[in-house]
Amino acid sequence: MKFNKSALVMILYILFLMLPIYWLINMSLKTNQEILSTFSLWPNQLTLDNYMVIFTDPSWYGGYINSITYVIMNTVISLSVALPAAYAFSRYTFMGDKHLFFWLLTNRMAPPAVFALPFFQLYSSVGLFDTHIAVALAHTLFNVPLAVWILEGFMRGVPKEIDETAYIDGYGFFTFFRKIFMPLIASGIGVAAFFCFMFSWVELLLSRTLTSVDAKSIAATMTRTASASGLDWGVLAAAGVLTIIPGALVIYFVRNHIAKGFALGRV
Amino acid sequence: MKKTPNQKAWFMVLPVLLLVAFSAIIPLMTVVNYSVQDTFGNNEFFWVGLEWFEEILHSERIHDALGRQALFTLIILSIEIPLGIFVALHMPKKNGLWSSLCLVLVALPLLIPWNVVGTIWQIFGRIDIGLLGYTLDKMGFDYNYTQDSFAAWATIIIMDVWHWTSLVVLLSYAGLKSIPDAYYQAAKIDQASRWSIFRYIELPKMKGVLLIAVLLRFMDSFMIYTEPFVVTGGGPGNATTFLSIDLVKMAIGQFDLGPAAAFSLIYFLVILLISWVFYTIMVHSDKEAG
Repeated sequence: MKFNKSALVMILYILFLMLPIYWLINMSLKTNQEILSTFSLWPNQLTLDNYMVIFTDPSWYGGYINSITYVIMNTVISLSVALPAAYAFSRYTFMGDKHLFFWLLTNRMAPPAVFALPFFQLYSSVGLFDTHIAVALAHTLFNVPLAVWILEGFMRGVPKEIDETAYIDGYGFFTFFRKIFMPLIASGIGVAAFFCFMFSWVELLLSRTLTSVDAKSIAATMTRTASASGLDWGVLAAAGVLTIIPGALVIYFVRNHIAKGFALGRV
Repeated sequence: MKKTPNQKAWFMVLPVLLLVAFSAIIPLMTVVNYSVQDTFGNNEFFWVGLEWFEEILHSERIHDALGRQALFTLIILSIEIPLGIFVALHMPKKNGLWSSLCLVLVALPLLIPWNVVGTIWQIFGRIDIGLLGYTLDKMGFDYNYTQDSFAAWATIIIMDVWHWTSLVVLLSYAGLKSIPDAYYQAAKIDQASRWSIFRYIELPKMKGVLLIAVLLRFMDSFMIYTEPFVVTGGGPGNATTFLSIDLVKMAIGQFDLGPAAAFSLIYFLVILLISWVFYTIMVHSDKEAG
């Protein structure tokens, strides 16, 4: 009896989550004419035209390529600087460590709206405006602190005796880190990468401010199309559905660590 | 774990420090610079001292935006936290297909780009083509989020609950999973009621993660920009103009650099102050837990 009640709660909650997404998929499979003329719970004339528009128009599919490019760049940069720092925070005390740690976190608290204009001026003045690397660097503002925080949480769970034994066995620091330590916190690295991916992927304001043509993100393409040429609901819905897919794939891969990851490794 | 003092650890932190300094301190200095100067164009600036700060602190428009922001954050926290805990208590505990499915589906809204979340609800709430709007309209409710400010608020709150409750669910679920079975067996022997199991075993064990949940939800809801921007654009009128929307309007729309910069700094300080309080509580409870 108890199981049934739990299952019922979960089914209701998931239904609440899935309904709007179903509606988006429903819209994306209809023609614009059908969307505006008849109201139906499923497409009467199933069409893939909306998706064809996206896959054949470079200004649409280019947006996806640009987004994925800067998201991957950002993930790589964030993780490679966060790994040594998180190790330092989890193993050593040093002058100002607590202040530094909190200061890093404050950057996660900074409203992107505050940084939009200064970023625009900074990256324009160094000639990086409208490049992938500009967006990737801008997103490190909130991703690096988060990666440090998550990795530190996971690294704290690895006993220090392992480090010491490795040094006694004659491992140098870098061999130890690569061969012994990284495999031990592999799930932590996976979770941190997942979060960097996620927050860079979902962000709109900075990526829209820092790009115009060459590196325009899919999010920017969607909002600009919406305001420029009236509303092509079908194509907009199809574009939305396609942005959900990478996220769904990434969740599937980290599903067993996701709960611990959201707790920032602190359970 | 005992940590070793080691000043050379600074070298490991250095890359992070340089990178974040480049992307945080330089822009922040620009903001501070603008906040104390005025310009007539042509890149000629002159010193105005704290004038902009006074103007912002006395501005009716900012007070209203701050009021709306505080109300919004309060409402969504008081819905999402209890709802999230409630759902987490019903998450399947055994590993298996059903629990994987639940995890993936529950986490899905978190991975949708924020503007797409906006688009989803923009479509879902429309009375001509959206399921929610259409149903409410046919049921005789006067629902139109582009014209009625109550409907606009309701839409944005439901959207945020839809979008972010899962975060609280996942956090609480992680906390619940860390409770050893022995605790429950002991409670069973003591014939503890369902409520006292929750109150004296589950809630204290979830305290740490719940603090993180409140902290994250507070920060992110206080900075909310994209979703209401896409759905209502801050309207009708100024009904859903939250702080970030107002700031972007001021800085990029009207290009009022001085007031916008002063506004930014005050805004950042408010978030920082409240987050610092949460953070301190969190670190302390971490220590108590050992």
